[in-house]
Amino acid sequence: MEISRRSLLNTVATGAAVSALPLRRARAQAKPVIKIGVLNDQSGPYRDTGGTTSVVCTKQAVAEFASQMSGYTVEVITADHQNKPDVGAAIARQWYDQEGVDMIIDVPNSGVALAVAGVAKDKNKVHINSGAATSDLTGAQCNANIVHWTYDTWMLAQSTGGATVKAGGDSWYFITADYAFGHKLESDTTDLIKAAKGSVKGSSSYPFPGTTDFSSFLLQAQSSGAKVLGLANAGGDTINSIKQAKEFGLTMDIAALLMFITDVNALGLDVAGGLHLTESFYWDLNDKTRAFTKRILPQSPDNYPNMDHAGCYAGSLHFMKTINKMGVAAPKASGRDIVTAMKAIPTEDDCFGKGSIREDGRGMFNSYLFQVKKPAESKGKWDYYKLVQTSEPAQAWRPLNAGGCPLVKA
Amino acid sequence: MLFGYNLSPILAQSVLGMVNGAFYALLSLGLAIIFGLLNIINFAHGALYMLGAVVSYLLLHFLGIGYWPALVLAPLIVGAFGVLLERTMINRLYKLDHLYGLLLTFGVALILEGIVRNSIGSSGVTYSVPEALRGATRLGFMIMPTYRLWVVVASFVICITTWLILEKTPIGATLRAATENAALVQSFGVNVPRLITLTYGAGVGLAGLAGVMAAPVYSVNPNMGSDVIIVVFAVVVIGGMGSILGSILTGFGLGLLEGLTKSIYPEASGVVVFVLMIVVLLTRPAGLFGKAA
Repeated sequence: MEISRRSLLNTVATGAAVSALPLRRARAQAKPVIKIGVLNDQSGPYRDTGGTTSVVCTKQAVAEFASQMSGYTVEVITADHQNKPDVGAAIARQWYDQEGVDMIIDVPNSGVALAVAGVAKDKNKVHINSGAATSDLTGAQCNANIVHWTYDTWMLAQSTGGATVKAGGDSWYFITADYAFGHKLESDTTDLIKAAKGSVKGSSSYPFPGTTDFSSFLLQAQSSGAKVLGLANAGGDTINSIKQAKEFGLTMDIAALLMFITDVNALGLDVAGGLHLTESFYWDLNDKTRAFTKRILPQSPDNYPNMDHAGCYAGSLHFMKTINKMGVAAPKASGRDIVTAMKAIPTEDDCFGKGSIREDGRGMFNSYLFQVKKPAESKGKWDYYKLVQTSEPAQAWRPLNAGGCPLVKA
Repeated sequence: MLFGYNLSPILAQSVLGMVNGAFYALLSLGLAIIFGLLNIINFAHGALYMLGAVVSYLLLHFLGIGYWPALVLAPLIVGAFGVLLERTMINRLYKLDHLYGLLLTFGVALILEGIVRNSIGSSGVTYSVPEALRGATRLGFMIMPTYRLWVVVASFVICITTWLILEKTPIGATLRAATENAALVQSFGVNVPRLITLTYGAGVGLAGLAGVMAAPVYSVNPNMGSDVIIVVFAVVVIGGMGSILGSILTGFGLGLLEGLTKSIYPEASGVVVFVLMIVVLLTRPAGLFGKAA
């Protein structure tokens, strides 16, 4: 084939992004405009976990904050990075350089996130990450232009992995998506297992994206004699892995290290019931999260907000609060200064409650260990989780000096 | 045991590979038939496979029609859609370069995937294994979900039947003749355009059938077609463009190769098919079973 499907998609996406340019420029603006770009997967495996619901949540934050904006307006634009770091970085560069975007939010897929974080640093703009998992964003590859809001691999390993180990699951086999995210999730969990004197019997890294059949790895996992199957993957891959594990009657415990409520919805409670998972937001957690969800649902009726979506809302809100304080010219002048100011101001919103942003860019919120309800326990649509354990920020996240972030003074 | 080496893991991985091979074979068979007669590189094939799975889900969800009737109905519905597609669009492209057909069908694939994505989301939906095929079968060296065994056997039977129809029946003979020289066959009173339309419908129906069979194994989602279609094209190229038997054997063979790679070095399972494709193209440009031009 001379023309591959992927390169065609690339061309189409870049074309669409470019053609959107003059239209936006032409609009006359009375007040200065702050631009937020939601960059995520809108057509692939992570579309439901981020996608348009992230856009809806970002716009919701802007709408709610509109009355408080001091002398500026906020415009939200969006693009699809197709899970390709090169596409993501190219859009980020174009947005920052030519479109006047001040802050890019969401960016699931750790590979793309690391690339976009680099662009934000080069261009001295702001990137608030909600969708990506790798703890390297606030570790070895951290920089002064990014905030990592919602969750990371260390926190997932600590919560879901920790609970599994505590329940006696001391020998593991991993099925790992073969890219930055999967490997980081596996290694963060492995550290935890080893610290608890457990063992890792083996792992299979499969090509991402494009793998749909996991039976071969499930068979290797079963014959390794490990007690726990650790799934270091996400989205559709996690769904397929769990579905096929049930099909093969796998006798191991399954630790789905990263799972969103959207994945549970796709699997159904008869398959997913009983699994443990970790999120830093659940729509039915308290009155405020329920009220937030009620505001979002009319615009996203088939996809309830998960923690990634909530992070887009909360992150945008905090960004705008900071601009109110710093002045509308500040983000154009230096993204680094904005991020520094964001770290100095405590955060508060309906989704994550009160929190803060640490020196290394880590958002400090509670993390929650949930168990998925069995069909009989669920009272209705999207009533999926039972809260098992709440971790305070100090326990939930990697200690500040353990990540190796150069911003942290020893 | 062979040379003191335990063979059962290898055998088990081979059998699992055959399951994927079964889907490759069914899909590449349809592609080969379509390319052979219509000279169209049907890029919509993956999307139509996905459509087969989605249709069977919709039949169950909205009409309560289960797996077994869906096995007949869904391919018919997808096939009918294919006939419509051929009648209204593809038939305008026969006189043009391959590239036009490729672009058209690629566009159709994008539209189909977009529609499904907007209606059921990217996480997809699950389709349960039919009651009669639940549980597992002991094969001696492994325990295999009964449904997957059914997929291998059913796909094999369907492939062989299709091949027999094409090779041994008068209708197959007419079809093959039309592939060689359409004008001549038409002069014998055969309605070649109708033959072409029905062939496209049948090829596409095979993709729909593969989709129904895949629904209980994989999550039914809009990307399931694009995940396999590239490999399936490689299968067709390796087998020899338009070679029916070649695509069947290569489909199963590559499933096997991929399965073994997954057990030895899983990171390479995504590229092994393409490495083989390069080797075959370098040594036998017409493919393993293709006739040299």
